[in-house]
Amino acid sequence: MQSELIRNFCIIAHIDHGKSTLADRILEKTRTVAQRDMEQQILDNMELERERGITIKARAVRLNYTAKDGNTYVFNLIDTPGHVDFNYEVSRSLAACEGAILIVDASQGIEAQTLANTYLAIEHDLEVVPVVNKIDLPSAQPEKVCEEVENVIGIPAMDAPRISAKLGTNVEEVLERIVTDIPAPKADPEAPLKALIFDSYYDSYKGVIIYVRVKDGTVKVGDTIRLMATGSEFTVTEAGYMTTDQLVNTGTLTAGEVGYIAASIKSIGDTQVGDTVTLADNPCEEALPGYRKVNPMVFSGIYPADGAKYGDLREALEKLQLNDAALSFEPETSVALGFGFRCGFLGLLHMEIIQERLEREYNLDLITTAPSVIYKVTLTDGTVQYIDNPTNYPDPSTLSLAEEPMVKADILVPSEFVGNVMDLCQDRRGTFKDMQYLDDTRVTLKYELPLNEIVYDFFDALKSRTRGYASFDYELMGYAPSKLVKLDILLNGEIVDALSFIVHADKAYGRARKIAEKLKENIPRQLFEVPIQAAVGGKIIARETVKAMRKDVLAKCYGGDITRKKKLLEKQKEGKKRMRQLGTVEVPQEAFMSVLKLDE
Amino acid sequence: MTGLYIHVPFCAVKCPYCDFYSGPYRRETAQRYVEAVIRNLTAYRIGDTVDTVYFGGGTPSLLSTAQIGSILETAAPCLSGDAEITLECNPTGERGDYFRALRRIGVNRLSVGTQSFSDKLLRLIGRRHTAQQGIRCVEAAFAAGFENISCDLMLALPQQSSALLAETIGVLTHLPITHVSAYLLQVEEGTDLSQDAALLAQCPDEDTAAALYLQAVSALEAAGFAQYEVSSFARPGYESRHNLKYWHCEPYLGIGPGAHSCFAGRRFCVPRSLERFMAAPRQEEELLDSAPCDAQERLMLGLRLRYGVAEGALSDAAKRKLPPLLKAGYIERREDRIALTARGFAVSNAVIGMLLG
Repeated sequence: MQSELIRNFCIIAHIDHGKSTLADRILEKTRTVAQRDMEQQILDNMELERERGITIKARAVRLNYTAKDGNTYVFNLIDTPGHVDFNYEVSRSLAACEGAILIVDASQGIEAQTLANTYLAIEHDLEVVPVVNKIDLPSAQPEKVCEEVENVIGIPAMDAPRISAKLGTNVEEVLERIVTDIPAPKADPEAPLKALIFDSYYDSYKGVIIYVRVKDGTVKVGDTIRLMATGSEFTVTEAGYMTTDQLVNTGTLTAGEVGYIAASIKSIGDTQVGDTVTLADNPCEEALPGYRKVNPMVFSGIYPADGAKYGDLREALEKLQLNDAALSFEPETSVALGFGFRCGFLGLLHMEIIQERLEREYNLDLITTAPSVIYKVTLTDGTVQYIDNPTNYPDPSTLSLAEEPMVKADILVPSEFVGNVMDLCQDRRGTFKDMQYLDDTRVTLKYELPLNEIVYDFFDALKSRTRGYASFDYELMGYAPSKLVKLDILLNGEIVDALSFIVHADKAYGRARKIAEKLKENIPRQLFEVPIQAAVGGKIIARETVKAMRKDVLAKCYGGDITRKKKLLEKQKEGKKRMRQLGTVEVPQEAFMSVLKLDE
Repeated sequence: MTGLYIHVPFCAVKCPYCDFYSGPYRRETAQRYVEAVIRNLTAYRIGDTVDTVYFGGGTPSLLSTAQIGSILETAAPCLSGDAEITLECNPTGERGDYFRALRRIGVNRLSVGTQSFSDKLLRLIGRRHTAQQGIRCVEAAFAAGFENISCDLMLALPQQSSALLAETIGVLTHLPITHVSAYLLQVEEGTDLSQDAALLAQCPDEDTAAALYLQAVSALEAAGFAQYEVSSFARPGYESRHNLKYWHCEPYLGIGPGAHSCFAGRRFCVPRSLERFMAAPRQEEELLDSAPCDAQERLMLGLRLRYGVAEGALSDAAKRKLPPLLKAGYIERREDRIALTARGFAVSNAVIGMLLG
């Protein structure tokens, strides 16, 4: 295929600014999908993605467009994830494109996420094509938004297409801009094969399907390919392109194209996003830049509510991992919760998604422990440890230095809420770095924050303090020394390991009190009084008591009807299954979950 | 020895908290109903000696003494000479003649639905009688020759204070009665009470309800009514022989719509439909349990009695759970027996659940 007729692009937009809707319209206009087959938001085909309105996995679709210049172009639309948790995936998807359509909501303007991804696109030398969407809204201010794009991002935007993706208005103008503004790929079909992996998923018949952008060279069925990061080699069984609902095996992919390769690859661990594919017998000299192994940043214990489902949980995690190299898990045991797994995630959203998929798609009832980041501790004997499970936190007497991961955070907020956001960041131990007015009404705030302060509920807190208007983005910046302590929770005098967590010393007291209160609310009264205590290093810093129950009786004998009593006993037994027996205390699942959300 | 339970599904007015099966009283229906009872009594061919009969309801005292008499006559071939024959009645109206006639046909025990001796509380829960009528009814029954009278006492009623309860128990224990059934008001799904948010809001909370229960236990005990079951109290020798059959896993046959049986090795109940009951040559049976009275069930029922169960009957797992229960005073050990205390009874669902779980 002539690479001059190829356009590889992605769409950058904030959640709800209309990315999926525009993608749908483009597919419609290029007749890639018939109108009657249109299911709204074709690209987001995971149930969860549709519900949350976000893209989790990258995807790519080939479409044909006959432009006003008479030529028929091949468009490769690469859909990128749109959340900070998946920043690295975003960067790899961008690296597969020459251009990006930047959608800005005509009434909302630029948001932090849009900004971050746009900068990322510019960093990757992409041609950014701004598009102002939702001009049909009464509150639309397209001129103002265009001005903002010019001022804030620094790219010309006054002639940006003003569209309504919902109504289909001016979508053709966008298609023409893709042809005229986005450059054709610069590609050398004769050079040794060099293809970028930007996503992969597991297919139970074909093995791992890798999505690639061929930078140079050609790959065809029968070739032996080498994945440069891992060095593993495979024989290509299929090569071709993707439509919205199937893979089309053309047998070959050449420089400039976007498509897929199947090569009977068993493990997704072999196909790391960002890796370079080359030919075993004619390898390129060096891999494409930018590859790095994705490391989980947030960890939590995941346990089956019913201990007997441990095997099912393992199987489900293995299946999810087939499609998600960023998910890590290893077995762990808790005195309170039994057998489970310590799982690593890219961030909180990733964690929530995995939990939700486990519960929904695999029908598992789960108990999760409070998310933890990785702490770095230096012991008195000089050894350095990385702690992802509070249970393993060393005894304070052996500790010489504790460090916690820090992030650089960008928060975009209407100026009226600046005070609220600053209070929040202050409260979360943030260090103020910078503040800039984007225009009269909007401000970008830069803070350095400890990661562990944002993994719990920072985003929720931010939203509630700004009536939902703030947007937020962060990147990891390294470790900083910190005054950390391990907070233990005791029920009836016994430490419940699953409830322990690491917290900054100044925060320990407040959090201890809140947790004790939450537990009191969520542990039902039982035959014996249940003291709830929170302790740091053996010192009790908060205490609550669940009083013993006083009344639980069916008093009357209903003319010899004992079925109710029996039913009651059965119900009790059923109820106990949802309880964890810790010594003499029965703790419902909800109690474990309640401590995860303290800010309500 | 078998117990016989006759469910009389008629009421002049339905009480808002009650979920027993009953409908309005009509003379012709009542007669057809009595005939159906008699038909069933014959059809079952009880075989065993019947040593207790219990007319429950509904309101059995809506039946005429002739109707009750005809039922007892049909059962007579099986009845033991000293059978305990109980009839539930509501304390409305002066019914000396009725009581005397009941005595004549062999009824020897009355269970009177007094519930409370506070007019305010009686009105609140929709009862149609006054405290005074309750007292007169019991006195009239005693005068008519009933020596074995039981009264119902409801606890945890809306607005019921400790003082009001003390007053009621004071009246109750000075009546010529031998037995008290004291039970906590239970909000049953589908009853009028369950829809009455304003009234529900006036019900005592868990802690207060428990305190009222414990107050009743000690006041009744002090007046000579010993607690022998979660909600049953009696002067020595006057425990309800019929009700004890339930807790002792002894056979009883229930006749009438909504009646329960543990009879001929099966637990079953009769559908809650008067029409179907009267139309069928023999009442329909819904099987509940084809192998009743296993060890588990005996424990569950036995633990409702003050007499308790033999410690040896408990599983090893249950025995291991005893120490904290003993220490907390929920149960006590008497020689080789284990029994719930009054405090234990108040939380008996949890205690029994723990021991059987």
